[in-house]
Amino acid sequence: MRKIEVRHGGILEKGAIHTYELFRLTIDSVRYMFTRPSYFDTILEQMYQIGVRSLSIVLLTCFFTGMVLALQTGYQIARFGAKVYIGVVVALSMVRELGPVLTALVVAGRVGAGIAAELGSMQVTEQIDAMRAMATNPVKKLVTTRLIALLIMLPILTIIGDIVGIVGGMLISLYSLGLDFSFYKSTTIQALALQDIFTGLAKPVVFAFIIALVGCHLGLSTTGGTEGVGKSTTMSVVTSSILIFLFDFLLVKIFFLMFETG
Amino acid sequence: MIHLKNIHKSFGNAEVLTGVDMQIDEGQTMVILGKSGSGKSVLLKLILRLMSADAGTIIIDDEDTTTFTEEQMVPVRKKMGMLFQSAALFDSINVQENVAYMLREHTGMSNREIEDRVEEVLSFVQLSGVQEKMPSDLSGGMKKRVALARALAFKPRYLLYDEPTTGLDPLTAKTINELIRNTQEAHDVTSIVVTHDLISAFYVGDRFALIRDGVVSFSGTPDEFKASTDPFIVEYLACGREYN
Ligand SMILES: Nc1ncnc2c1ncn2[C@@H]1O[C@H](COP(=O)(O)OP(=O)(O)OP(=O)(O)O)[C@@H](O)[C@H]1O
Ligand SMILES: [Mg+2]
Repeated sequence: MRKIEVRHGGILEKGAIHTYELFRLTIDSVRYMFTRPSYFDTILEQMYQIGVRSLSIVLLTCFFTGMVLALQTGYQIARFGAKVYIGVVVALSMVRELGPVLTALVVAGRVGAGIAAELGSMQVTEQIDAMRAMATNPVKKLVTTRLIALLIMLPILTIIGDIVGIVGGMLISLYSLGLDFSFYKSTTIQALALQDIFTGLAKPVVFAFIIALVGCHLGLSTTGGTEGVGKSTTMSVVTSSILIFLFDFLLVKIFFLMFETG
Repeated sequence: MIHLKNIHKSFGNAEVLTGVDMQIDEGQTMVILGKSGSGKSVLLKLILRLMSADAGTIIIDDEDTTTFTEEQMVPVRKKMGMLFQSAALFDSINVQENVAYMLREHTGMSNREIEDRVEEVLSFVQLSGVQEKMPSDLSGGMKKRVALARALAFKPRYLLYDEPTTGLDPLTAKTINELIRNTQEAHDVTSIVVTHDLISAFYVGDRFALIRDGVVSFSGTPDEFKASTDPFIVEYLACGREYN
């Protein structure tokens, strides 16, 4: 946890230091996953918190996105007489792209911000110092536990989001666009290949790292009292969102290289 | 034994400590005095390596901890209890769990044993029965005393007190002073007490150190402190006496 003090550095210098520290934090928090104590109770508590904080908003976001997706594509491709492909479009868009990204963005806004605020206020009220003074490792106790909880919960939330989105799209297809249920079901299932499930679940794992580590890093490096906590919280949402988009793009590139040309 | 040699610490352009030398012998209680902002709290944090010194050497029990990593500091920190000036209680857990923190982290004690120990140290600070309260529901003075109980719970060999009696009424302050004295005598604890409270200082201190302009400008026994002719110390004592 050795901190480099930012004296009067410019934005590039600060950016470089933040990147370096984020990288160190990633390595450390992963390393501590395999050391004792395991803080099992804390991890469970965090998993519960993450679920409670974000489930309803994930459901809402993905359900409406699924419906809108079906409506938009429905009216567009109906003109080409390709209405039967709506199920395919909705399923692939949700599982490959929208499910993981929307869930991650929502969780970054709820959970990531919460982590930054909590750790930030612990930092400015000397609770982190107290933890270190009592010979515990704040990275292991606070960061690793939250990282593990997110690594478990974000994929689960993403799967739930995918399913709800597909259901939303299906409802619109059946009642508004007049498609047949069993036909919709079979095209949807046929459309989803194993690789979609794989890529759809690899993304939330990467996004979980981003949300947990950005939130924790900005929380732990908070300075400047209560105002600083506010800044860290906002910064964590902005930074995680940008990184989520960036890594989403990179992952799609990598997946295409892996599957399409392989 | 804690030995500080030529400790320097600055924040940005502000030089706070510019060559502090201090030695605290086994079983001794060192009182650190100094004006607000002179770097007393910083000095305690440097000893625990919560921040690192820019220059100088810190020796604790013949070990040079100056370049220790966080991992290497673990056994050193286990020997030490620290009462933070701000209490620094964990606000997401109740008093019971705050006080039990080190016992849960570092021992295999049963719940029963932990509860007993927590009850015992809370009674030392005259706060039996607040175990279930959350820190946010406590008064300032109560927080301070819970934090003191937390520092005592693991039976440290070193105790670093940052203004233990600030914010307490005279009666409770007296109890805390007696507690500090008793802890030192009964368990042979080595202590550093940062305080502005001269009654407390003279009650608990074996030696005094005055931090001024970034260095230890006086070091000696309480009697030597009283007898000092240094104009700053004379005025310091005079101001303290006006209230008493
Ligand atoms: N984390 C920090 N970052 C920047 N400056 C700091 C930090 N901690 C302390 N300082 C500065 O160091 C100086 C000494 O602070 P310190 O808290 O040690 O004073 P003190 O002697 O304990 O005062 P008081 O008696 O009021 O508690 C102050 O000028 C303070 O602004
Ligand atoms: Mg202080």
